[in-house]
Amino acid sequence: MQIPHSKRTLANGLDVIIHEDHQLPMVAVNIWYHVGSKNERPGRTGFAHLFEHLMFEGSEHHDHGYFPPLQRAGGLLNGSTNADRTNYWEVVPTGALDLALWMESDRMGYLLPALSEQKFTNQRDVVLNERRQNYENRPYGLAGMAMSAAMFPPDHPYHWLTIGSAEDLRAASLDLVREFFQTYYHPGNASLSIAGDVETERAFDLAEQYFGDLPAGPKVARVRIDAQLDASRNLVLEDRVELPRLYLSWHSPAMFANDDAELDIVADVIAQGKTSRLYKTLVYERRIATDVTAYQSSREMGGQFQIACTASAGVTLVELHTAILTALNELGAHGPTASEIERGVAQTEAQFIYRLQTVGGFGGKGDQLNAYNIFAGDPDYYDRDRQRYFAVTSGGAAAAVRKWLVNAPSVSLSVVPKGQRALALPGAEEVHVS
Amino acid sequence: MTIDRTRLPIPGADRPFHFPRIVKRTLPNGLELRAVRHQSVPIVSIVLLVPGGSAVDPAASHGLVSMTTGLLDEGSRGQSALDIADRVARIGGDLDLEAGMDAVVVGLTTLDRFYETGLALVHEIVTAPNLANDDFNRIRNLRLERLKQMKDHASALAERAFAQVLYGSHPYGHLALGSEAALTAMTVDAVRAMHAAMFAPSGATLVVVGNRPEDEMLDVAAKMFEPWRAAASTLTIDRDAALQPPPASPEFTLGVVSRPGAAQSELRIGHVCAPRSTPDYHVLLILNTILGGDFVSRLNLNLREAKGYTYGVRTGFNLRRGIGPFVMQTSVGTDVTGPAIQEALAEIRAIADARPATPDEVALAFASVSKGYPRGFETSGQVARSVAQLALHGLPDSYFEEFVPRLAQITAEDVSAVARRYLTPDKMATLIVGDLDKIHGSLPALGLGPHQVLTADL
Repeated sequence: MQIPHSKRTLANGLDVIIHEDHQLPMVAVNIWYHVGSKNERPGRTGFAHLFEHLMFEGSEHHDHGYFPPLQRAGGLLNGSTNADRTNYWEVVPTGALDLALWMESDRMGYLLPALSEQKFTNQRDVVLNERRQNYENRPYGLAGMAMSAAMFPPDHPYHWLTIGSAEDLRAASLDLVREFFQTYYHPGNASLSIAGDVETERAFDLAEQYFGDLPAGPKVARVRIDAQLDASRNLVLEDRVELPRLYLSWHSPAMFANDDAELDIVADVIAQGKTSRLYKTLVYERRIATDVTAYQSSREMGGQFQIACTASAGVTLVELHTAILTALNELGAHGPTASEIERGVAQTEAQFIYRLQTVGGFGGKGDQLNAYNIFAGDPDYYDRDRQRYFAVTSGGAAAAVRKWLVNAPSVSLSVVPKGQRALALPGAEEVHVS
Repeated sequence: MTIDRTRLPIPGADRPFHFPRIVKRTLPNGLELRAVRHQSVPIVSIVLLVPGGSAVDPAASHGLVSMTTGLLDEGSRGQSALDIADRVARIGGDLDLEAGMDAVVVGLTTLDRFYETGLALVHEIVTAPNLANDDFNRIRNLRLERLKQMKDHASALAERAFAQVLYGSHPYGHLALGSEAALTAMTVDAVRAMHAAMFAPSGATLVVVGNRPEDEMLDVAAKMFEPWRAAASTLTIDRDAALQPPPASPEFTLGVVSRPGAAQSELRIGHVCAPRSTPDYHVLLILNTILGGDFVSRLNLNLREAKGYTYGVRTGFNLRRGIGPFVMQTSVGTDVTGPAIQEALAEIRAIADARPATPDEVALAFASVSKGYPRGFETSGQVARSVAQLALHGLPDSYFEEFVPRLAQITAEDVSAVARRYLTPDKMATLIVGDLDKIHGSLPALGLGPHQVLTADL
């Protein structure tokens, strides 16, 4: 199985990937810039994401909002930033492909002349509101920040979340915007995909026309910092919540590294669906928890394996903690059963097919081609990615559990209702997040 | 070749898009079947729509329809919930049980080669769920705990309180999940009675979408669902309960749910408005797009892009079988709560009065909605749900084909007239979920009268 495509690299370093799919009269344009909050420094956090907002405020030759011309053409568009990358996309009717490429290339080449203090201040306020809405005003919304801060040392870029700190956002300046743009927003640090109702050769021609004369920028040095925990930590955070929740987190393999797929399957075995081990034990049978999730979140510089479990009313987190550790020990000793592996493979197979349903948008085929190109250095990685999961064995999964989870230090974070510290794991050290 | 950067490229003509044909069949038991061939990846989507959602909940038992729906996959034909979950997982299935206000929808997407298995699974959980007491108690407790957690969720609080403010005791006045009191008093017998009354073939519609000949898909579905019969129930339900008119205007125009220390104020502004069957539906879509339906809407450009008050603001005419509401929703900084409400109300008033929609705005909204229309039919799941909506609202099979031509006829005058008719600023209710102590001082200046403090009890 593949996402059929062709790839060329323009003279200025821009990777261009074309995928044809003529089912509907529309084309998806998708650009990844290989920059995210991992390229930020302490004191300057939240900047990559704030910058993404400014990309929608106009560029030199179209110094108006980015949305109206594309919406008038029937396009849908958005962008997002995470620790490792920033992406932008448009899904437009076939006839509006030129327009989308014009707009994307103009902001790649000519953003700065259109920047103003007023735009900058406005979008900073918007981002501060985004932060309040999605983190500060949301139950358990600050847990991710507390966890990242504990897992990574202060100078490690995964120490902070992409949204950044409110204080740093307020201190951000327009000068920094210019520097950031010049360093990271240029063809050599980007990957463009065009997917959908277009002929491959025509798409390459258009990419060359619109992006070919943009200057190549300075080579971006890749950030690579390893992180590890010297010892386990036990934290508590009081929050405006009704039910206490326990978060457990371990360092785990980076994206596509050894054991990454194994731990993905392990996460499913312990917490995906009613038949998963922890859901079955804690929620279905003993009824001491209301929900449980687990995931292997793998990023470029390393991964984080995380389990989160919310206690039923009146249950302490100690009880959940003991049950979770028992389940991990068991899995480390004996591995998943043949039946669990078989089910995991069936689900993986389906998930990869579901991923072929949409050409554009977040997670569409164009987005996946860029993800593989940026993170695996090869847009053709889809099938190899898939094969990784089919190769997972019970013994391999057990070994990964022992190595990364059972025999490794972790951070536990108890999020408890205000004034109810007693519900946390004993001996937890209080953390403050804002 | 050098690009002309002095002007934007003008988009070329649209390649025509035709919605795939819908092949229909009616079974002797009354079940309506619909099949659509979707040439895409080897995936099938199955959607069963049963009319009468949470609006059918008995007055003393809010949450009963949702609870009944939620129990469908908690065991059937003597098998346990774990068995069912295992069977869904083994076909890589994505099972979705949803009790909306107007209908219950059971959806399953799976791989094409599991079409028969998936269909049998849907049939089994709908017609023969165990509805066992132990499973009922387990799910009820999980729901009670979810209700408890919702008290900390500003948007969930706002949704629940605003439905109450606009609709009172009308069937649209409560959330599908129900209330703590109703769930506590609920019995498994009531669930069984609701299941028997609600899940009947007559009036229901089964939609299948996949890459196979329509008749082949229909033959399999017909064979599977032909034996389905309505069960006798001790409960009589009125599937049209929501058609009764809601209160014409809210009891008060400004309500506050107090959350001391809240980082933001969650806002809702709106009033009851119109049913989905209104002949002005298409005009309302255009009006909404201009007012608050997308990024470049008046409200978002004002509150977000000009003022920086919010991360985003949205409006919607949430039209249903009965009279649905017009609602504006946003979340704003505590310190700008008063000004944000004033700006929002001013924008709503203006489009219905002093600053009617311009021809240019109408053209932009039309292009945005019509040119992007094919996007809504990309996946088999999207197609299946769209076809189910036709059934729910009694719309013709030609609806999708006629959508864009109908939209194209709309003029700025139409939009203004509809804005005046459907937006009534004097009847608007405003709800704030936020830190009352901090915003208290800014409320009198809104001119909305004394504020009513509401409780967060769910």
